[in-house]
Amino acid sequence: MSNAPVGTVAVGPAAAGSAPASSSGRRTGSLTWLVLPALGFFIAFGIVPLVGVLVLSFTSWDGIGDVRYAGLDSWRSVLTDPGLPHALLVTFLIMALSWAFQTPISLLIGVFIAGNQRYRAVLAVLYFIPLLLSSAAVAIVFKALLDPNFGIGPGLGLGFLAQDWLGRPWLALFVVVFVVSWQFVPFHSLIYQGGVRQIPASMYEAAQLDGAGRVKQFFHITIPQLKYTIITSSTLMVVGSLTFFDLIFVLTQGGPGDATRSLALDMYLRGFRANLMGPASAIAVILVLVGLALALLLQRLGGKDSNTSQLEGA
Amino acid sequence: MDQNRTSRRSFLTLAMATPLAAGALAACGGSSGPGQAAEGDATIWFLTGEPKEAIRRQTVELFNERSEVGDLAVTAFQNDAYKTKIRTSIGAGQAPTLIFSWGGGSVRDWAEAGQIEDLTSWIEENPEVKERLFDAAWTPGIVDEKVYAVPHETVQPVVLYYNKKLFDQVGAQPPATWDDLMALVPVFNAAGIAPISLAGQSRWTTMMWLEFLVERVGGQEAFLAINENQPNPWSNPDVIQALTMAQDLVKAGGFVDGFTSVVADQNADQALLYTDKAAMLLQGSWVYGSMKADGGDFVPGGNLGYQSFPVVTGGKGDPTSTVGNPAQYYSISADATEEQKEIARAYLADGALNDEIATAFIQEAGEVPVLKGIVDQLSESPDPEWMQFVYDVASNAAFFGQSWDQAISPTAAEELLNNIAQLFLLEIDPQTFANNMNAAQAAQ
Repeated sequence: MSNAPVGTVAVGPAAAGSAPASSSGRRTGSLTWLVLPALGFFIAFGIVPLVGVLVLSFTSWDGIGDVRYAGLDSWRSVLTDPGLPHALLVTFLIMALSWAFQTPISLLIGVFIAGNQRYRAVLAVLYFIPLLLSSAAVAIVFKALLDPNFGIGPGLGLGFLAQDWLGRPWLALFVVVFVVSWQFVPFHSLIYQGGVRQIPASMYEAAQLDGAGRVKQFFHITIPQLKYTIITSSTLMVVGSLTFFDLIFVLTQGGPGDATRSLALDMYLRGFRANLMGPASAIAVILVLVGLALALLLQRLGGKDSNTSQLEGA
Repeated sequence: MDQNRTSRRSFLTLAMATPLAAGALAACGGSSGPGQAAEGDATIWFLTGEPKEAIRRQTVELFNERSEVGDLAVTAFQNDAYKTKIRTSIGAGQAPTLIFSWGGGSVRDWAEAGQIEDLTSWIEENPEVKERLFDAAWTPGIVDEKVYAVPHETVQPVVLYYNKKLFDQVGAQPPATWDDLMALVPVFNAAGIAPISLAGQSRWTTMMWLEFLVERVGGQEAFLAINENQPNPWSNPDVIQALTMAQDLVKAGGFVDGFTSVVADQNADQALLYTDKAAMLLQGSWVYGSMKADGGDFVPGGNLGYQSFPVVTGGKGDPTSTVGNPAQYYSISADATEEQKEIARAYLADGALNDEIATAFIQEAGEVPVLKGIVDQLSESPDPEWMQFVYDVASNAAFFGQSWDQAISPTAAEELLNNIAQLFLLEIDPQTFANNMNAAQAAQ
């Protein structure tokens, strides 16, 4: 595991390429050129579809006929539909619950596997496995395990496991949060592991000399030092859970009723099941706006200096 | 216009790639790559699920062996995944040459968008194509008196299956009336057996209960008012009564615990019946074959009973009336090349359902093909009683109602399925259901 900050890797080749350049004009030219491929991909796969969706949200289209301009019809129907506040509520519940569930667990596992003992490395590999599985596969397996009639509970004769996990509205929501967390805790543990390994050992040594125990060290050194790691991980969780789709789609299809019909799922079902591309696009635009707002908010929480190093003089 | 076309296609191609990945995984059982075929070949998409998947493959292989015009390349999809995939593909101009469907609302949509071929003149020139298939099967493929979809495969009424062993165990008789059915619920619950198995997450399974209740209480006029999109079809007092009766059955504990998370694509509802966990199951005639294949000794041992849906005393419906799929359908994509269309027409003429394939459906799937003159063969099938039962139900029906979700437009169908799920969860009352659905169908 390298300790080099990610930034240096990206800067490396550019700096090397521009070093022998004699004039500043050539230097800017070569740098701009390097940006083009990434910019091209971003425009093709980020900006163009976004504009397409925005345009579609002002049209009426059933997926196969002609696209007709419909003014604000789609927006009106989406904003007056009681399904929208409900889908927003479900989305935010999944977001908040999965954040509250994942963060402490990933933080603790991350701190644990940051140690250099060999058995911890072995455990780290085991913890990592869920992340290697595809969401659809995870969902299919959990669906089979949680089946009230043929799942693990009835199969092993364990009465308390034979609940109707995915059939009761609130329970289904918690199960979704659990399965999502089961899959993504390893990823965030990895981020925290990297973060913990960057904390200089000298800080812990100094704290030890001052008589701080392990718990005090954790709360007074590890957590404050991980501030930006926590923000990074939280941003990924929050924005990620906003568009979370595949696992819920396979696990519950948004059901029972509309108990787990999150905004992203609502968009898909409206667009590709009900063939209402206009309203589905309006929801997509709402998703983009909410996602942007949340990402900006989390950046603000981190303060303006969030991209600078914490190591020296913190 | 041209610009519109490009942008909507590229948007769709992008949009297809991401969310459908989930569906594609579920659908990858035995598919042979994307819809692109070798040069000059036509493509055909159909559904997975044994035993019929094997027959469908056999159909195409036989055709390819004999065909002089060219070959068909197959891709197979799981039922629920297919319904989404086919529409997106048609919209993106990536449709297969032969488009599988259940007729009704989706064929109407495709026809109105000019995406499928009008086959009327071809059928007039080749009257033998029309004459060899059941007359009643043609209706769902006709839009504004023009033929856009040709029937094939089998007629599939929905029937009430029951587990004879469990009925013997509690000493009860299968329900002849709705009151009998309601009276059976506490009997089975007291014995620790779920009265009725239901794949509630799939929603169209739940819909079958409502279809029959509406037909039995309100008669075929009430049923057709929904299929034909007449104004406010759901406000009919008979329909409200049917919705109320459905909720009464839920409240009485008629359906298996956790029915809202059971999925039909995985045949879990059938499994509940043949593993003696549930006593009854309302499902299409197509599940007979899979229960026979998966249920071990259940079907061969004579434990599977079947009958028509119970009568509602005082209702306007005819006791012989049934609902389900009059047939399956193939349409020809308007985007296909002339060569591909030629192959497709040859396949529809006598490849999709010829005598050999009809025999395979009878012998291997236990279903009644929509080919005329097969009555004699039914008695030679491995399940003569079952075959005769399905044939009688289909041919004696005073009224054969096409499934709502196929008959009405896909947009209204999605709204219908959502509302049905909520009705059976007791989250909305019948009046709210009726208001929601009247509004949804009026918007079409």
